[in-house]
Amino acid sequence: MINFQYSRATDVADAILLLAAHPGAKLIAGGTNLIDLMKENVEQPSRLIDISRLPLRKIEETADGGLRIGALVPNSDLAYHPLVEQRYPLLASAILAGASAQLRNMASVGGNLMQRTRCAYFYDTATPCNKQTPGSGCSAIDGRNRNHAILGTSASCIATNPSDMSVALAALGALVHIAGPSGERAMALTDFHRLPGDTPHIDTDLGTGEIITAIELPPRGFAHNYSYLKIRDRLSYAFALVSVAAALELEGDTISEARVALGGVAHKPWRSLEAETALRGQAATTDRFSRAADLLLRGATASSHNRFKIELARRAIVRTLTQAASATPQSQAHKKIA
Amino acid sequence: MADAANQIPDRIPIDLVVNGVRRTLDLVPWTTLLDALRDHLELTGTKKGCDHGQCGACTVLVDGRRVNSCLTLAVMKDGAEITTIEGLASDGALHPLQQAFIDHDAFQCGYCTPGQICSAAGLLAEGHAKNADEIRELMSGNLCRCGGYPNIVAAIQQAMGRP
Amino acid sequence: MNAYVGTATSRVDGRAKVTGAAKYAGEFAADGLAHGFVVAATIPRGRIARLDTSETLKVKGVLDVLTHAHRPPLADKDEAWKDEVAPEEGSPFRPLYDDSIKFNGQPIALVVAEDWETAKFAATLVRVDYQEEQSFATDLEAERSKGAEVKQLHKPRGDAARALAGASVRHEADYFVPTEHHNPMELFATTTVWDGNGRLTVYDKTQGVQNVHKFLCSVFGKKPDDIRVLSPYVGGAFGSGLRPQYQVVLATLAALALERSVRVGLTRQQMYGLGHRPATIERVGLGAKPDGTLDAVTHEATAVTSRYEDFSRNDTGWAEQLYKSPNSRFSHKLVRLDVSTPCDMRAPGAASGVCALECAMDELAVALKLDPIELRLKSYSDRDQSEDLPYTSKQLRECYARGAEAFGWSRRNPAPRSMRDGKELVGWGMATGVWEALQMPVAARIVLTANGHAEVSCAASDIGTGTYTIVAQVAADALGLPIENISVRLADSTLPQAPVEGGSWMAASSAHAVLGAAEDIRQDLARLASTMPASPLGGVDAADVILVDGTISKNGDKGRAVSIADAMRYGKLERLEKQKLNQFAEDKSHARNTHSAVFAEVKVDEQLGVIRVTRVVSAVAAGRILNTKTGRSQIMGGVVWGIGMALHEETVMDHRFGRIMNPNIAEYHIPVNADIHDIDVIFVEERDDRINRLGVKGLGEIGIVGVPAAIANAVYHATGKRIRRFPITLDKLLD
Repeated sequence: MINFQYSRATDVADAILLLAAHPGAKLIAGGTNLIDLMKENVEQPSRLIDISRLPLRKIEETADGGLRIGALVPNSDLAYHPLVEQRYPLLASAILAGASAQLRNMASVGGNLMQRTRCAYFYDTATPCNKQTPGSGCSAIDGRNRNHAILGTSASCIATNPSDMSVALAALGALVHIAGPSGERAMALTDFHRLPGDTPHIDTDLGTGEIITAIELPPRGFAHNYSYLKIRDRLSYAFALVSVAAALELEGDTISEARVALGGVAHKPWRSLEAETALRGQAATTDRFSRAADLLLRGATASSHNRFKIELARRAIVRTLTQAASATPQSQAHKKIA
Repeated sequence: MADAANQIPDRIPIDLVVNGVRRTLDLVPWTTLLDALRDHLELTGTKKGCDHGQCGACTVLVDGRRVNSCLTLAVMKDGAEITTIEGLASDGALHPLQQAFIDHDAFQCGYCTPGQICSAAGLLAEGHAKNADEIRELMSGNLCRCGGYPNIVAAIQQAMGRP
Repeated sequence: MNAYVGTATSRVDGRAKVTGAAKYAGEFAADGLAHGFVVAATIPRGRIARLDTSETLKVKGVLDVLTHAHRPPLADKDEAWKDEVAPEEGSPFRPLYDDSIKFNGQPIALVVAEDWETAKFAATLVRVDYQEEQSFATDLEAERSKGAEVKQLHKPRGDAARALAGASVRHEADYFVPTEHHNPMELFATTTVWDGNGRLTVYDKTQGVQNVHKFLCSVFGKKPDDIRVLSPYVGGAFGSGLRPQYQVVLATLAALALERSVRVGLTRQQMYGLGHRPATIERVGLGAKPDGTLDAVTHEATAVTSRYEDFSRNDTGWAEQLYKSPNSRFSHKLVRLDVSTPCDMRAPGAASGVCALECAMDELAVALKLDPIELRLKSYSDRDQSEDLPYTSKQLRECYARGAEAFGWSRRNPAPRSMRDGKELVGWGMATGVWEALQMPVAARIVLTANGHAEVSCAASDIGTGTYTIVAQVAADALGLPIENISVRLADSTLPQAPVEGGSWMAASSAHAVLGAAEDIRQDLARLASTMPASPLGGVDAADVILVDGTISKNGDKGRAVSIADAMRYGKLERLEKQKLNQFAEDKSHARNTHSAVFAEVKVDEQLGVIRVTRVVSAVAAGRILNTKTGRSQIMGGVVWGIGMALHEETVMDHRFGRIMNPNIAEYHIPVNADIHDIDVIFVEERDDRINRLGVKGLGEIGIVGVPAAIANAVYHATGKRIRRFPITLDKLLD
């Protein structure tokens, strides 16, 4: 851990001012990812700006019937909030699939969006990594890449985004509210995270000096037909090999609306509008789900050790859509896969 | 004066209410709550098993919620109420979880135990675990290398008043 | 009298452990304590060209940076660095000794500061230039052909190659066990307290305080009285604390350099630079006659060792204890690589070797269309093949029967993929476990005071195994006192002699040491009581006197008794102290082993390959169980380890860098609570009057042996896929 200074922001405007005044500073809320990375000397902020006491902890209904979630709401509070449990159970389930109860108590919603990859080379300052030191090279491409990306990769980086919550938010069509020196703005969560391209060190489109203030969920919650399925190397407290958030609206046996997002396979939660379009208006059958899986995984490429993820993702997509269609969502406590 | 690269950051005064007692500390911001407890307050009951939020041995209750103290900067918890393993027993009487852990032999080396018990105390307060599967899942943030998991689950069930 | 031995007595150190009062090595306070943080090498082989500590030393609070070029003297002879469990062959690793880099993660500097965070920060400012050696190797499979044979314990019998080639049913295959790390929950740490005048009190995370004591004295040229080593509580070790680890050298080195107390705590990542279970390729060949009896067993292990020490264990010889075969051949090869020396890890040798043997037996059973238990019974060995010896006791047959019954084995449909539970394939597998029943010389001291309290002390460690508790139980029974009146002191190098705690030998060894000392107490008290005026024990033979309920009493006649307190008052004794070294009589006429039969149920999602271990039954025959509560926990823990070995554990190395890429416990997976379901431990009654007075054999290792194979065999039964490369992760089931 390097020597950093500490400031506590009094409100959002103060946080923005502090960020502007201190280049190299970083915001800290729950700290679960940032402190971890600082202890590895991967993150070396000159100053931490503590935003944990800012008034961004409310969960409120919006005028159009959606939900606005303050950026500092702890993950566990969000997962167990009655409105979320009732109206957005996909989100609750995805959150509960991630990390541990302690970490969920600490981690903020905004921080969850900002968490960085678990790529081993990124975490090890002794090995080249373009994300860590741009231009140093990607050690994962020809290295230990069993849990690396199969979609949206580049010649510079094959890292994945490790978040579970973001996968559900992507499926639900969440908006990210951002404040910064030039005012407030909002963007779709699916646009928030970036693909690595040739700038893998930039994870998101959050600008310099900006702060996430809230996440907004649209009214449609898919509370009847949803499932979040996370496949990992042990049955809890592990990062996803592949995860799938599936949300359907059904009219009889016909799919009227469909959302599918993948985790653990790309540098961002992965959605395919084409796949979702292909499901709309169709019967909820395995064949249709397989077709959607093909579309979601179109262009998937494997590295030396992660070829299995393509087939695993394909099967997991079909399975999760089947769970969603039959209203038998995956339980995060009972490990038998429904 | 040393240059910035090797300068120690400024210390910051904070108060923590630890196991009901107000403690005043003057800490460099890099001090985690875990190190503050162990090295500055001599409360070594809270354990360091990984220092990265991967094992749960450092679990304490902050304002009643279980957290990993190794990923918590102490300065960020100025004013908070902290409960550690040393604060669970009252007047020499063991907390029901502590007694249940002894009864069910829910530990061997004992190193993960304070974190397991504090985590279980948080779990009971949260009220989300109603059966063994839910206990297992919601206690999965606490690793036990001795492999005491079935006994840990049994101990928590005893403390929950379930057979 | 057995008020406690054999019962489910709760741990006597339980209260200390559940209240946080139990102190571990890195938790002892000392005036003026300084803190050391290790700087570790980032290359696997080469030399330190330049080590620049100038920026580090400018940090306020930094006291010194120790390096090979700047440190107090260290012994320069290999003999001085050989601890009691060091490999015979080789030159032990010496931290900060010279500029050579022998493995990635090797300590190359120690930053010492007023506090830990400052030391950790300042360590980031150390600049190192390396002269890298380009030709390094860390990949066992790539270097397999370089394996060099080590001397074998087991002589070949018959002509195994020929018998195998000519067998009517034959199975031969490679099984791969990856490098594994112990990952005890407690981080390795040492607090060396400077007592003045060069005298040191060392709180170390170790399984053997006297081993560390002797080692430190020889490494630092100290007299025995100059150093005292303690480890009253050890937060798990599983073999990683058998040899003195480098942090104890560094903490002591720094204390001597600074003439003040120093603590050195390793990070989890740095602990991956300590010992490990070596990656091993186990090649097993089994040949059977048409009726299923074995005719040939061959087992060749090729294991990793370091370039500087030859570490090997008995992986291959276990078939000699388990199965009759007229022809057998065993060999063990070592491949020297640029890694740290491997070390013992729970059931070393057996965990890996028996895993391969028992998977191979399952494959042979399939080939023979025999039930796996039936196959094993056909070649059941009533004598140890290797020396043709009978066993002191062997209830393995009963383990199979009891385990099978509890598990419901008779309801198994032998065809793979034949059992289902919805979308899951159900698999039932079994395997045999075996370990040695070892015992070592241990001494114990008992101090009985007139108030009816006894303190029992011994240098042995309790690494979570329950030594405190069984020592208290044995003492309470032998002295006829309630267990509350017994206090136990362990793990202090000044206490009576004990070896490292390992190999499952400490229960039998410490228990008999306590019995020996208690026997001397009993004799003294009997003599004393019989000489009291009008003693009810007058004329009673001392051999007929027992200690019970706080009295000295004629055996079988409680009416003839004197209270211990009265006798001691009469003898004007405030305290009665006896120390006894117990040496077990050498007996080469019998083999001594513990055995188990392990049954596992897995449920495997047919599409996704997700494996759940839903049930394990472990039926263990290990002589008398001193404490059924702590003993059950030990076996249960071993089963959890076996589940980890089967499904989760693997140290992943990038051989291009010779560097471990998952040096943490987020990606080095060990089982979490959600991975563990029903574990049924059955202790099969095994009376053993020959092995030792109490009939105790030890439990630390036997719990893991056989479990990985039982699970692998269950996965095969569920899926029809035979995975010979551990761990069995779901990707291996997807093809």
